[in-house]
Amino acid sequence: MEVTFNGRAHELTAGTSIQELLDQLRLDCLQVVVEHNHNIITRQRLAETTLNDGDTLEVIHFVGGG
Amino acid sequence: MDELIIAGRSFKSRLMVGTGKFASNEAMVAAMEGSGSEIVTVALRRVDVDNPQDSMLKHIDPERYLLLPNTSGARDAEEAIRLARIARAAGCEPWVKLEVTPDPYYLLPDPIETLKAAEVLVKEGFIVLPYINADPVLAKHLQEAGTATVMPLGAPIGTNKGLRTRDNIAIIIEQATVPVVVDAGLGAPSHAAEAMEMGADAVLVNTALAVARDPGAMGVAFKKGVEAGREAYLAGLGKQQDKAEASSPLTGFLRE
Repeated sequence: MEVTFNGRAHELTAGTSIQELLDQLRLDCLQVVVEHNHNIITRQRLAETTLNDGDTLEVIHFVGGG
Repeated sequence: MDELIIAGRSFKSRLMVGTGKFASNEAMVAAMEGSGSEIVTVALRRVDVDNPQDSMLKHIDPERYLLLPNTSGARDAEEAIRLARIARAAGCEPWVKLEVTPDPYYLLPDPIETLKAAEVLVKEGFIVLPYINADPVLAKHLQEAGTATVMPLGAPIGTNKGLRTRDNIAIIIEQATVPVVVDAGLGAPSHAAEAMEMGADAVLVNTALAVARDPGAMGVAFKKGVEAGREAYLAGLGKQQDKAEASSPLTGFLRE
């Protein structure tokens, strides 16, 4: 199946959770915030939230800014 | 120096610094330390999985600095609100530097969208520090909406031009019931000092530090500028006038 990850198509196995995807991409869940279909997913819910074909994910982190 | 109080929280430093555009995290930390700041701004962006980077947050001690996430990149109220909520979900305290800049050339803030976003965020319990053009009427609307400060620009972001909006900032300061933080365009410690001499409560500086040959030393220079300006304001500056007024006595000259 395919999801949109930060604006780009991303292939992954059906039933993957957001936490599993973050692990695959070596992203530390403490350093990022995830929006799933425009809803913020709290850290506690990353493992229980599974992805479906066509879902949209935004994974955001802090960068330098003024 | 007397303390700066924003939303009931006191700060010894009246200089806030941004963390953008530094050549390295080390340069950023040097500028933060040199400046003596207690409030540092950060931005939110998409993670780039192709170019994984060390988290810049690892370099900012949360015991020492209040992290002030900005909503830079937001083009309207909706995007700004979304970014503020993301920042809070990241575990930040609910402080937000509200920025809505739809115009990419001058990065001037959109007053209508900024006010809309401020109203929503205040209701959601955020401590809102809005970045605005130096518009006294807008500043009043925002403080009435419950923002914790107003942050008028001296000049467009990153221009280093100083207080081009001086007269309007003076009106904002005169009317303000919340702290006035002059943000953007301050390129030299003298610009920061000038804002503080006028009675601004604080200033925010980023580019001037980030592009300096020695960001740490420039941080120190801005710290001194801000302190000098504040102390002069508290001490009471003399009035400007057109005619000379002798500093030396006008009697007892060595002539008839």
